[in-house]
Amino acid sequence: MTLNVQDLKVGRAGIALLDGVSFDVCAGDVLVLRGPNGIGKTSLLRSLAGLQPVLGGRVDVAPDSMAYGAHADGVKGTLTVVENLTFWARVHGHPVRADVFDAFDLAHLKDRTAAQLSAGQQRRLGLARLAVTGRLGLLLDEPTVSLDAASVALFAAFIQRHLATGGFAVIATHIDLELKAEVLDLTPYKAQAAAADPAGFDEAFL
Amino acid sequence: MIALFRRDLQLAMRAGGGFGLALAFFLIVVTLVPFALGPDRETLAAVAAGVLWLGALLACLLSLDRIFALDFEDGALELLATAPIPLEGVAAVKALAHWLTTGLPLTLAAPVLGVLLSLPAGAYGWLTLSLAIGTPALSVIGTFGAGLTVGIKRGGLLMSLIVLPLYVPTLIFGADIVRRATDGLDPTAPLILLAVITLASAALLPFASAAAIRINLR
Repeated sequence: MTLNVQDLKVGRAGIALLDGVSFDVCAGDVLVLRGPNGIGKTSLLRSLAGLQPVLGGRVDVAPDSMAYGAHADGVKGTLTVVENLTFWARVHGHPVRADVFDAFDLAHLKDRTAAQLSAGQQRRLGLARLAVTGRLGLLLDEPTVSLDAASVALFAAFIQRHLATGGFAVIATHIDLELKAEVLDLTPYKAQAAAADPAGFDEAFL
Repeated sequence: MIALFRRDLQLAMRAGGGFGLALAFFLIVVTLVPFALGPDRETLAAVAAGVLWLGALLACLLSLDRIFALDFEDGALELLATAPIPLEGVAAVKALAHWLTTGLPLTLAAPVLGVLLSLPAGAYGWLTLSLAIGTPALSVIGTFGAGLTVGIKRGGLLMSLIVLPLYVPTLIFGADIVRRATDGLDPTAPLILLAVITLASAALLPFASAAAIRINLR
């Protein structure tokens, strides 16, 4: 189970942001993406997740093997914690394992609706969603936003266990998760300020 | 997909889910008509078919922008796009859930409201039948409109402008069924055409909706 990226070119709205990005992530590896705001970390992750087309290069990974976690958690305020997690587990065809609630310190919040949770608690719920998808690859965009120190430690422990069971992760983050991780600074891959993709205004339809 | 279907129904039933809103809107619009046109039974009976269909159509329109907009705002749509269920299935399931929470209640309420408009006795069965066959098309076409405008802030008005013209054929044949029944004519021909519209849009539009969502998610 590996993610293999070769000479990847990604952009946003037709403008190339990153060019020539190449890396390998094997089972048990974490790749931390670094770089200043606007360098294209989110675009790179979205491209890897298949949410936007790449402008060039190759991404080799088994289909349906990666889970994407973005700024927005996909948590429904009117559903309870259990209902939210059960929904995402069933969409991915898995049962919800009971230990997920302990892993993210949600056991005492199970029957609260998500709207009643604090921002950090909602974030923990959003991260717990990653655990119930059963996917081996995790693509995480700033996963620790609004988490306190204890929750960051819980999250790091979850990633550690995930890696031990053959998973891998690509994480865009500014804080140190204290994981044994490779760090990829995206600054050298910044695309030259070339003109927009020649596909022009038809880009959305191609 | 069953999980998504159940969640959408659950969300619609919860507080702020909008279930009953379309029904209340339908009730009020139809109740307002006698106030506007006067209580003359003959006048009301003549316009009843059109008013009931138009009211149902507008009530249906009211809840369309919830179909994808809420899931887009909280990121659930992106996560569904990366989940192992096809987006075409997501669009179809959401249209079905929308019909069950708006189209079906409207269909069941319409005969009761027909009484308010002195709808002739022979037309009640046809009214219910025409709405039962026609409202699924409203939901499916509306889902397509919602898919096109997802991601546009306050795109509700734009969506109405896109969807309303697409509703024209459904409205023509749907209201025609009831009008023919009111006049004692045979409504089979518009009934078949209405069924064709519903079946064709249910078969084709989920693919168009999924394509529109994919583009809007980029």
